[in-house]
Amino acid sequence: MGFVAKDLIAIEPLEAADIIAILDTAEGFLDVSRRDVKKVPALRGKTVVNLFFEPSTRTRVSFEIAEKRLSADTINFSSTGSSTSKGETLLDTVKNIEAMAPDILVIRHPAAGAAQFVADRTSAAVINAGDGRHEHPTQALLDLMTIRQKKGGFDGLKVTIVGDIANSRVARSNIFGLNKLGAKVTLCGPGTMLPNKHEALGVEVTSRLEAALEGADVVMALRIQKERQSTPTFPSDREYAKYFGLNSQVIDLCEPDVIIMHPGPVNRGVEISSNLLDGSRSVVLGQVENGVAVRMAVVYLLAGGVAQ
Amino acid sequence: MRLIVKGAHLVDPAQGIDGVRDVAVNGSTVIEVAENIETSSGDMVLDARGLHLFPGLIDIHVHFREPGQEYKETIASGSRAAAAGGFTAVAVMPNTNPVNDNAEITRFILEQAHVAGMCRVYPVGAISKELKGEDLASIGELADAGCIAVTDDGMPVSSSMLMRRGMEYAKGFNLTVISHCEDMSLAAGGCMNEGEVSALLGLPAIPAEAEEVMVARDIMLSRLTGARLHLAHLSTIGSVELLRLAKGYGLNVTGETAPHYFTLTDEKVRTFDAVYKMNPPLRSAHDMEAVRAGIQDGSLDAIATDHAPHAGDEKECEFEAAMNGVIGLETSLALALKLHFDHGVDLNRIVAALTCGPAAALGIPGGTLGPRKLADMTLVDMNEKWVVTPETFYSKARNCPFAGMELRGRVVRTITAGRTVYKDGSITAVNMGTAEILP
Repeated sequence: MGFVAKDLIAIEPLEAADIIAILDTAEGFLDVSRRDVKKVPALRGKTVVNLFFEPSTRTRVSFEIAEKRLSADTINFSSTGSSTSKGETLLDTVKNIEAMAPDILVIRHPAAGAAQFVADRTSAAVINAGDGRHEHPTQALLDLMTIRQKKGGFDGLKVTIVGDIANSRVARSNIFGLNKLGAKVTLCGPGTMLPNKHEALGVEVTSRLEAALEGADVVMALRIQKERQSTPTFPSDREYAKYFGLNSQVIDLCEPDVIIMHPGPVNRGVEISSNLLDGSRSVVLGQVENGVAVRMAVVYLLAGGVAQ
Repeated sequence: MRLIVKGAHLVDPAQGIDGVRDVAVNGSTVIEVAENIETSSGDMVLDARGLHLFPGLIDIHVHFREPGQEYKETIASGSRAAAAGGFTAVAVMPNTNPVNDNAEITRFILEQAHVAGMCRVYPVGAISKELKGEDLASIGELADAGCIAVTDDGMPVSSSMLMRRGMEYAKGFNLTVISHCEDMSLAAGGCMNEGEVSALLGLPAIPAEAEEVMVARDIMLSRLTGARLHLAHLSTIGSVELLRLAKGYGLNVTGETAPHYFTLTDEKVRTFDAVYKMNPPLRSAHDMEAVRAGIQDGSLDAIATDHAPHAGDEKECEFEAAMNGVIGLETSLALALKLHFDHGVDLNRIVAALTCGPAAALGIPGGTLGPRKLADMTLVDMNEKWVVTPETFYSKARNCPFAGMELRGRVVRTITAGRTVYKDGSITAVNMGTAEILP
């Protein structure tokens, strides 16, 4: 079973088999990063442009390392601010970059749909590295890879996502992926952070953290996205930590072998306590390692590589 | 010399006519409507057998962008689009640049319409100066200069007190207040309908309630002030229900919807194509059904396009960054007829919502073809099928969300003030005043 597509814009349109094919390929690439010489020639002669219209450190670095380990030529283009404030439109930027004949565009943009917009207007393969509050497919794939490594599979797993779901592209991509793979997803957060029509997402929703954590196999804490809030959605960090923060006490409601995940960057002491984050149940650094492998797999597959 | 339009199937809901009639016109006025009008040698006879004849269509919500944004549309181009769509009268919204908040701008619009207009152009003035929602515009002078209503369309009046004052003041000048109903704080800069689709897409969303709470407020303010209120571009179940409630109270409240709200839903936004972006946004299928039902039962008085032309690059960009609005004049009638052909809505209700309904809502002439009424008429071939091709539109803009749709029912002739301004696919004059009387 392979994964053949021009672009990776979202998890929502993928089949479960596509996701599994990407994860299997990523497992094969893990080894590259553990060698002395961390490079394979798979993408020699291919040009990858990383277009970042929104500040990002870890995602950009992760993509760049992944591309370099595949021997691709990588170019970074960073620009903050929307097209309207910048003067040049997204369309013009895309046309200009298109004229330089890149093979793959990795794009992060503050507007939902921006990656799709670009993909519709270029012959290059487009990888969405996060578009507004829409999706962040490679983050979900690395999360799924981490869960599969720790749990062996997805069927019947209870996965609880806690935090600012409505503003989170990470949550949206994870929800689509987990649903497709057979996990049961529970969302938890104050009502102000939960999506209004969650029925469409096929998930359970609660504002009671205890209920959400009961029997959970996987708990994912999300970053409080203060930068995406136009009006306040919770009274204070202190109150958030009290009712929705993960800590060593409340986590005991979960299954004993629960794993704790966080897409980073973390607000320590707000969505998750330092004890928990640095403790044995946390798989946060494993997520980061898997991130490079997953991005290598996606870049490789979209460049025409064969799934493993 | 008389013009006799002979043998067409006349649908004129204001007179309760739905059958074959002859219409006799003298100059710019209808003189007789009868089952058979004897012609004499001096008469000009237009053989309209096999066609449907409606009173000239009226669109009470269009943006012609002049003055200020002539690159999007002008009164000349917009009114040509109107004529091609079968419209003989339009009401132009005041959010031009400068805003139509003073008599000088109103006179400029009327002058442009006189020089280049292909249909009657009724200016709508602003409620507040520069649409800022702070101080009342010179509403009396606007009325004197020719405005037929006032609105802050596009920039809803957030202050309830200012809306009250606007209604009280406009009432004294016999002007309808048109409300763009939107609670801006609740809409919070959203760009699509809040619902299942927005939950999937993560686009900032506007709940139906952002419209409905303002519909409720303005209905109550109309009760308080006794002003004539017209609710623009209603798009939700709740808005239609509130309008029904207001009419039940006996209040002087009317409402319109637009073809996109009874034709499309927010599912279209899944493409992230900004041609589907407008305000209010495309709603759910339930809302669309409620809007159709509101047209069928007459709760909604008018179908108005909210014709909002934009340049290509204002739409070909990130969905969130794109301008709001779609064009509609050249597709409105056929989309309304689709309600009849495909969804069983009574043809009389549809024609009423395009003629006498909007005329009554704003108190403007036309909308019926009785004796001494305006000789404004739209002849339609109800069987002709055609594919929407925006590249061929008379509008300057191409932001049409119906491109490629096959529709049934096409305007074959538009007659304004007794003169043919559009015939068989072509505009036939430089302006309405110089158009010819054609058989």
